[in-house]
Amino acid sequence: MASHEAPAGTGKLEALGVWVNARFPMKKMWDEHAAQYYAPKNFNFWYYFGSLAMFVLALQIVTGIFLTMSYKPSATEAFGSVEYIMRDVEWGWLLRYLHSTGASAFFIVVYLHMFRALLYGSHRKPRELIWIFGVLIYLALMAEAFFGYLLPWGNMSYWGAQVIVSLFGSFPVIGEGLVEWIRGDYFISDITLNRFFALHVVALPLVLIFLVVAHLLALHEVGSNNPDGIEIKKTKGPDGHPVDGIPFHPYYTVKDLFGLGVFLVLFAAVVFFAPEMGGLFLEAPNFEPANPLLTPAHIAPVWYFTPFYAMLRAVPAFAGTQVWGVLVMFAAIAVLFFVPWLDRSPVRSIRYRGPIYKFALMLFAANFIMLGYCGLMPPAEPFKTLSVIGTIYYFIFFLAMPWYTRMEKTRPEPARVTK
Amino acid sequence: MSETIDKGRRQLLTAATALTGAVGVAFAAVPFLSSWKPNARAKALGAPVEIDISKLEPGAMLKIEWRGKPVLVVRRTPAMLATLDSHDDRLADPGSESSRQPEYARNPSRAVNPEYLVLLGVCTHLGCLPQNYFAAGAVPAIGLAADWPGGFFCACHGSKFDLSGRVFRGVPAPTNLEVPPYTFADSGHIVIGQDQGSVA
Repeated sequence: MASHEAPAGTGKLEALGVWVNARFPMKKMWDEHAAQYYAPKNFNFWYYFGSLAMFVLALQIVTGIFLTMSYKPSATEAFGSVEYIMRDVEWGWLLRYLHSTGASAFFIVVYLHMFRALLYGSHRKPRELIWIFGVLIYLALMAEAFFGYLLPWGNMSYWGAQVIVSLFGSFPVIGEGLVEWIRGDYFISDITLNRFFALHVVALPLVLIFLVVAHLLALHEVGSNNPDGIEIKKTKGPDGHPVDGIPFHPYYTVKDLFGLGVFLVLFAAVVFFAPEMGGLFLEAPNFEPANPLLTPAHIAPVWYFTPFYAMLRAVPAFAGTQVWGVLVMFAAIAVLFFVPWLDRSPVRSIRYRGPIYKFALMLFAANFIMLGYCGLMPPAEPFKTLSVIGTIYYFIFFLAMPWYTRMEKTRPEPARVTK
Repeated sequence: MSETIDKGRRQLLTAATALTGAVGVAFAAVPFLSSWKPNARAKALGAPVEIDISKLEPGAMLKIEWRGKPVLVVRRTPAMLATLDSHDDRLADPGSESSRQPEYARNPSRAVNPEYLVLLGVCTHLGCLPQNYFAAGAVPAIGLAADWPGGFFCACHGSKFDLSGRVFRGVPAPTNLEVPPYTFADSGHIVIGQDQGSVA
């Protein structure tokens, strides 16, 4: 093709670009995903969290790579090597605090990102697969966080892993063998630590990157939703681009950079002034080495798992097994996959829905936070009762969705995006 | 060569190739998945251990490690053994029907010799370590009422067990504390991890 030959008079750099583009779709990809990707012009505050999640993923990968250079994945050396990173490695404390704070920040931005989808119906047809890839990312992220939490080999690392791995032991017949297979030993040992390290630093990051790419490709195929929940592709200008769309670059790259700046101010404040966050981000028992013969007085997972932990504890054992709590906890994640089909409202965005969904969603958010708080607390009253109520509402919100979203009166959607 | 494409034949060959490939993948997965099983060294380290109980005082507890789990040996006094019959109605599994123990420990004292209780000190709920509260009576700090007969309390999720490790009703733990396989080598030594009556 003639266009691949640089016309006379172009500079050396442009000539190089032409040379590359004839061999690799650099400009094509840039246009498709940035310069010519038309996103709705009415993105608001809630649209920062996707790009922030990508930033935090990159941060975790970079800090993680540097931490592995000084960390030793063995039961005798792991705890000491983390202290060595904190005290002896130049800037090691910063690398570690960025990574540990980054883990919590990842869940904060992902939870807000998921809430945004529920606000504006971003999971609705034709964006079901974007949502499903997203839930898979969330699952992989939970696995990644769980494996990573064992690595410092503190006592809470140890007992947290013990509790979670034991969950699989509650399955009838296969349970015990399964737990032994996961641990590779009769207890959480050096063998377990070594394999969790491999999963944390190689296997799951690869899965996460693959899923993020799939999430973005699916998004750019159908185009972004927006706070009005209407399709901007329905109204196109003479140039063939949506009239309510603006190119992602430079408009949203600049907006997202501004969001990143605000995020980094808050993030740095935590990293430098409260990296333990009062025991929420780094738990006190984890400053003691793992001790298989001494359980911490109160085992609670890190805050981002506690809503599900509260659901696990809310279900009593019966018929001689406690597998029910485990099933309820897994069901709480599994139900997320079906949300695009559970929501039957004629409109997508909360702006045009009736009061029932508005109330149900706000109550859901408050309920999720309450469950998280219950999961952090010891198993005493009133948290036991609150966990049961919270678990029931969590499932009602999703399982009753086909009815309450369909029956309620909605307002008509506008043809064009509002501001 | 024929100009027409035999679609049926092509489909059959594609399916057969895919199936053969899938079988190959399944076989190739075996070494990877098996590498996760406890290895030879882990199995050797999990061998039986012998413990000396000759110096254990009545009412006292000994804690040793076997396969990374705490094994508790309690030398129960006659008074402690007497509490065992008083609260069957409050237990979830008084006869140890759905609990894990060797057959020779499926009795109210859950022991070969009632004086010596041998238990895994691992909560059957989620694997925490229950603490011993052997004295009968209330312990308000952790919510044990005045009718507490003495036993074990798991601080993680509030499970309660009696002096035979039998679980009370209405707590998260579904079954009694597990009794590991063990045998008396002689009157002063117990071997943990080896069944009663089997040859050393």
